[in-house]
Order: sequence, then structure tokens, then C-alpha cells
Amino acid sequence: MKLKKILPQILTLLFIILVFGFFTMNAQENMGARGLEFGFGFLKTQASFDIQFSLIDYDGSHTYARAYLVGLLNTLLVAFIGIILATLLGAIVGVARLSPNYLIRKTASFYIEFFRNIPLLLQIFFWYFAALRALPMLEDAPMLLNSSFMTIKGLYAPAPIWINFDVFFTTIVIAMITIFFFARYAKKKQEQEGKRLPVLMISLIIFITLPLLTFLIGGVDLSWSFPVIRQMSQSSYTFDGGLKIPPELIALTLALTLYTATFIAENVRAGIQGIGKGQKEAAASIGLTPSQVLKLVIMPQALRIIIPPTTNQYLNLTKNSSLAAAIAYPDLVLVFAGTAMMQTGRAIEIVGITMATYLTISLGISLLMNWYNKRIAIQEK
Amino acid sequence: MSTSKFNILESKHHKNRNISLILGVLFFSVGIIDFYLNNYFNTNITSFLPRIINFFTPLIFGVIGLHLIRIEFSGIKILDNLNKNINTSNFNAVLSVSIILLIIFGLPPLLNWLILDANFAGDTKEACTGGGACWVYIKVWFNRFMYGMYPNAEQWRVNVTFIAVLFFMAAGFFVPTKLKNYLSLYYTLILPIISFILIYYIISGGSFGLVWVETGAWGGLSLTFMVSFFSLIFCFPLGMMLALGRRSNLPIVKYSSLSFIEFWRGVPLITVLFMSAVMFPMFLPDGTYVDKLIRVVVAITLFEAAYTAEVIRGGLQALPRGQYDAAKSLGMGYWRMHVFVILPQALKLVIPGIANTFLALIKDTPLIFVVGLLELVGMLNLAKTNPKWLGFSMEGYVFAGIIFWIICYSMSKYSQKLELKYKTDR
Repeated sequence: MKLKKILPQILTLLFIILVFGFFTMNAQENMGARGLEFGFGFLKTQASFDIQFSLIDYDGSHTYARAYLVGLLNTLLVAFIGIILATLLGAIVGVARLSPNYLIRKTASFYIEFFRNIPLLLQIFFWYFAALRALPMLEDAPMLLNSSFMTIKGLYAPAPIWINFDVFFTTIVIAMITIFFFARYAKKKQEQEGKRLPVLMISLIIFITLPLLTFLIGGVDLSWSFPVIRQMSQSSYTFDGGLKIPPELIALTLALTLYTATFIAENVRAGIQGIGKGQKEAAASIGLTPSQVLKLVIMPQALRIIIPPTTNQYLNLTKNSSLAAAIAYPDLVLVFAGTAMMQTGRAIEIVGITMATYLTISLGISLLMNWYNKRIAIQEK
Repeated sequence: MSTSKFNILESKHHKNRNISLILGVLFFSVGIIDFYLNNYFNTNITSFLPRIINFFTPLIFGVIGLHLIRIEFSGIKILDNLNKNINTSNFNAVLSVSIILLIIFGLPPLLNWLILDANFAGDTKEACTGGGACWVYIKVWFNRFMYGMYPNAEQWRVNVTFIAVLFFMAAGFFVPTKLKNYLSLYYTLILPIISFILIYYIISGGSFGLVWVETGAWGGLSLTFMVSFFSLIFCFPLGMMLALGRRSNLPIVKYSSLSFIEFWRGVPLITVLFMSAVMFPMFLPDGTYVDKLIRVVVAITLFEAAYTAEVIRGGLQALPRGQYDAAKSLGMGYWRMHVFVILPQALKLVIPGIANTFLALIKDTPLIFVVGLLELVGMLNLAKTNPKWLGFSMEGYVFAGIIFWIICYSMSKYSQKLELKYKTDR
């Protein structure tokens, strides 16, 4: 009996040790043959390559560690924008899927069936190499909304110029904390006294007025720098000022959003359909108004169904953003596992770091979501 | 007459009703015609209106029209159906009109580009004169898109192999009932071996008088199929073992399966392929060379096995506890219980999930371009840079999109059908 339990475990352990041992031994030998030594010291050396698009200060004189950070931030940027847009689009399409309007319903399902059955990589290529390449040259681009230019080299939009941005930012954080405590207070009050406070209204007021106040008394100011076209030579033009959003970022965000939104839409639809009709009727029969039914009865239950698979989609989107490497958007994979590895030749360390980064992001979000799921799960006795 | 009651009730509005119906149809048609003329004939019949609302006139007219014809119990069947389906409220009317206008705006140019103005005849770039798509490009490159760099004269070998593999796959459906028990063994063990032998001897060649073709020359859609076929077949048994391992009560087995699954699920496929391309050779003894294609299939297999394991675990968890207890009370051991009682039921539950994994697998295969294997999408990018055929990337991507869409859409429909078939609990 004892043996039956121990033997498989010992065999598994032995197998793992053998595989790992074999790999490590070979790796040591191979690296020794190439004159490399395992270690992360190279991170501190000068990278001496440029990155086209960076959120922080970076040029060739910075270290590999800094290049890694640039790549990571670019990945997170795409993931962040993509998640927000995909959630919005997915929620709208998911609701539209259930619309009583035939045209809306069919358009929504056409959109879903169309975009989710085409490989994401193909969609990225389509937007980048075919659709965005059809945009006008810098000098021919028409002005959009009196401020921006959509050109073959990317989107040129007005850039905000802040004075005392840190004050503004701190106020937003303070506003959020205030709202959090206010919501807790309101909930407590309702549980104890049965009185409902207009939480949403007051929260919105706090969130809007507090930051606005800083413009009046905090010394915060905002102005815009508009892109202005300038001729550099006979046929080359450039824009001065403004914010440049590279076409790689646009194509990637567009493809990721359109692709992931189809899955989120299906989750939203399943969540709403998963609520029994009886719930709605029961809520209405105890005298709740339609908006209260939606807010207090339908949404909390639907969200419980929607959130877990949607989190998975967020993770997928983050991981899929690594396809950026295919169109040369400088994300983590391209900058670090691509350029940096070519230069240093440290395959094991660099692929290892890259994988560990994605793994940390994934496991972090999973843990957060498990915690959240436990919190909102039905408490059964 | 059943409708007479309503007619009597509404008789005094009868006249108004007809007027509003006529006006509604009129407004709606004006909106649509205005939009059509605006877009395709550059004339604006509503130019007398103020400029500021001119842009929205088709929408406004259309919505007013729909508002006027929104008559309950009109007694006209078509109108009632129309109202019920696209015209329940003003908000819905706005949406409906927008969609109709969008279709008028988008569909004709799309059709023109795809079919009407497109060029089908000829076999040089110069044959493409119209404003539409140049399908000549696809025609000329078709063999490359399907077979990659595989020599033209030898392409029949790929076809023969595919037909043979399909035949062996289908053979499983026609075996006598006596042999049904061995089907899973056939699909997980014998079929992969047969397919591998076929591919090795016919596609790769080198013996029986066939010219040897190195794997680097393989490509196109046939490579997509090969990679996804083998990855699927191999990831299934591995995923099953991992799923069982994760549910085991032996701590070492459980946690090693768990970390294996979570590791592969946590990293993007592209980094896994990078690993197989640059990191994996470092882990092998000096001088050993594993073919690139095999490395890729192994990488994708390991990656997808983690996802398959989670799907199968879902099926195992869905089985009621009573099944386990009943099997144990009959004195069955772990393996007998799983092979004869648990897995047959659980696997039936997860067939749709497996189909979805396979779908994801097919959509992931284009990624193998990062290690230099060119399947369909990779070949497109190669063809795009050919100096003789510059500027046809749109046609290429549309072509590949249609092919992938047909494959994936039919598979997803099939898996939905299976889902309904095996849904026994509701």
C-alpha cells in the first residue's frame, strides 16, 4: 500500500531530475565551448542599439536592463489600451447580440463570427501591411478634427503639456481613495439603517470636481502642442510638436481589440443569458425599479459568470501582444528576445527572463482573479 | 375576420394611418435614395437644407420614416413583422437606419473590388488593369501558397500523402463493433505512426526512387495542416496524463503536473517557439541536430498539451462523485477505474472543448514563421516582397483570410453541434 503511493512519486521525481540534469549538463558544456558563462552581468552593460518607440528616456548608451524596461512598458501599454477597448467593444457587441432588433443582432453575430475565425497574426499583417499602408503621405494627409493627421507614418495628434502634473495625479489618487471609503460607508449605512445614498452620483462629483479644483488653486495647467508640418528637403516632410503614435502600435491595438472583443462579447452574452428569467421577475415583484433590477439583481449575478472567462481573455490579449514582434513594434519579445539576444548571444538567460516576465504577469493576474472570484462567489452554507 | 376587431377599434384613425404610412415610406425612401445618390453619383437632392444637418439628412429622414410607419396591429403582416424586428423604438430605428446606410455605403465597393472590377484572366502583373483585386496574383502564386518551396514536379507526393492520411483517419469510423474498444489506441498510437511513416517516406523522400526534399522547403497551407495535425495527436495523450496528474493525491505528481501546466499556459507561444529555435539546441549534446520542423511540433505540442489538460480536467470534474465511488466499490484500481469508467465518460464531455483547442491550434500555426518555417501567412509575406509582384499584399491577406475563415468557421460550427449533441444535463 505504502509502496503504491511512493513508487510513482519517486519515478516522477527521478524523471524530472534526469531531464533537468541532462539539459543543465549539456547547456554548461555548450556554453563553455562558446566561451560564455551563465550570468546576468550583461544586463548592466551598454546596449548600443536604438528603439523606435519608447515611453521612457532611452538611447543606445543605456544598459540592457533599461532596454528590457522599455520593451516591458511597450508591451504593457499595448495590453492596457487593448484591454480597455476590447472590454468596451465586447460589452457593446455582447449586448447587441441579444438585441430585439434583427439587424443589430445579425450585425453583431456577423462581426463575431468574422473576426474570431481569422488568425490574429493574419489580422495584424492585414492592418499593418495592407490597410494602414493605404493611408496618405505626410504632406497629403487631411487634417482631422482640426488637430490631428492620419498618415502612412502614423497618427499625429496634439500632445498635452502639463504644468504640475504630479499635483493633478495625486488629486486623482486622493479622489479614488475618498470614493472607496465613501462607498464602504454608504454600504454600511444601508445595512444598518436601510438608507440608500446616491453613491454613483456623489462618486462622480468627487471624481470630477477634485481634479478640476487643482486647476484653480493647485497651480495645475494644461496646454496642447499641435503637430505642424515642416518640409525638410525636396520630398521629405516631418511634423514638429504633437504626439506621434506609430502605425505599428495602431495596427497591433486594432487587431488585438477586434479579435479579443469577439471572445469577450460571447462571454457577456453567456453571462446575461445565464440569469434565469425568474430572477428578474422575482426582483420586479418585490418592487424594485427596472434600473435597480439591473444593478442589484442581474449585474452582480451576470458578472459572476462573465468575469472568470473574461480575465482569461485579458491574459490571452497580453500574451498575444507578443505578436508585435512580427511587425517590428518594439515590445518585450522584439527588443529583448530579438535584438538584445542577437547582440549578446545569451539565449538561455534572455529567453528565460522573457518567459519569466510573462509568467509573472499571468500568474499575478490569475491570483488576483482567484481572490476576486472567491470574494464574489455565492456563499453556500 | 380576426383583424376586424382591431380595425373597428382603430377605424377613426384609419385615414390617418394610411397617410402616415405613405409619408413614412416616402421619408424612408428619400433618406435612402439621398444617401445612395450622394455616395455613387455625387448629387445631393437635399442640398436646399442647411449645411449643418446635411451630413445627417439620410439618417434623419430614415428615422422619421420609420417612426411614422411604427403602427401597432396595423393588420398588414409585412409591416407588423418589420416593426417587430427592426423598429420597436426610436432608438432601434436610429440603429437600424445606420446599419442599412452602412451596408449601402460599404457593400457595393467591396463587391466591386472583390468580384466585379477584379482581374481573373492572364498570368502577369500587366494583366491587372481594373481598379479591383488582382486575383491573377493568387493564381500565379497558388502552388507556392499551398506547398511552399516544394518542387512543382513533386507536389503530387504531398497530395497522395494527405489523401492517404485522410483515408486512415476515416477508416476508424468504419471498423466493426468488435474492434471499437481499440479505437482510442488506434488514434493515439497507430495513426500517428502510420502518418509519420507516410510523411517521412513520401513527402520527405530519399528512398524508393523519390527525390529527397528537405523540411526547409516545405511550406504553405499543407505545412499548416501537418503541424496542427501532429501537434493535436501528440498533445492529446500528454494532456490526458497531465490532467490525471493534476487531480492525483500524490503530492509530487500533483505539483509537478500543476507547475508544468501553469508554466506553458503562462507564456506566449512566440516565446516557446523562440525557445525551441535558439535555446533548445543549447540543451542538447554538442553535435546533435534535431530537425527544425520536429522542434516546432514538439514546442507546439507541449504548449497545447497544457491547454488540453485543463479542458480534460474540466470533463473529469464534471463527472459526479458517484462514478468514482461505484468503480472503487467494485474493487477497481486507479488505472482500471480511469480507463474503463471515468475517461470514456469524461472524454465524451470534453469533445467540444478539444475541438476549440484544435481551432486555437490552427490559428496559432502561422506563428511558426518566427523560426523561419513559412506556412500560408509566411509565404504571403515572402511573395509580397517579390519585385515582380509588388503591391498586392491586400489580395494575399484577403485570400488567406478567406481560407482560414472557411476552415475555422466550419470547425467551430461543428463543435457547437457536438456541444448540443453531448449536452445531456439540460
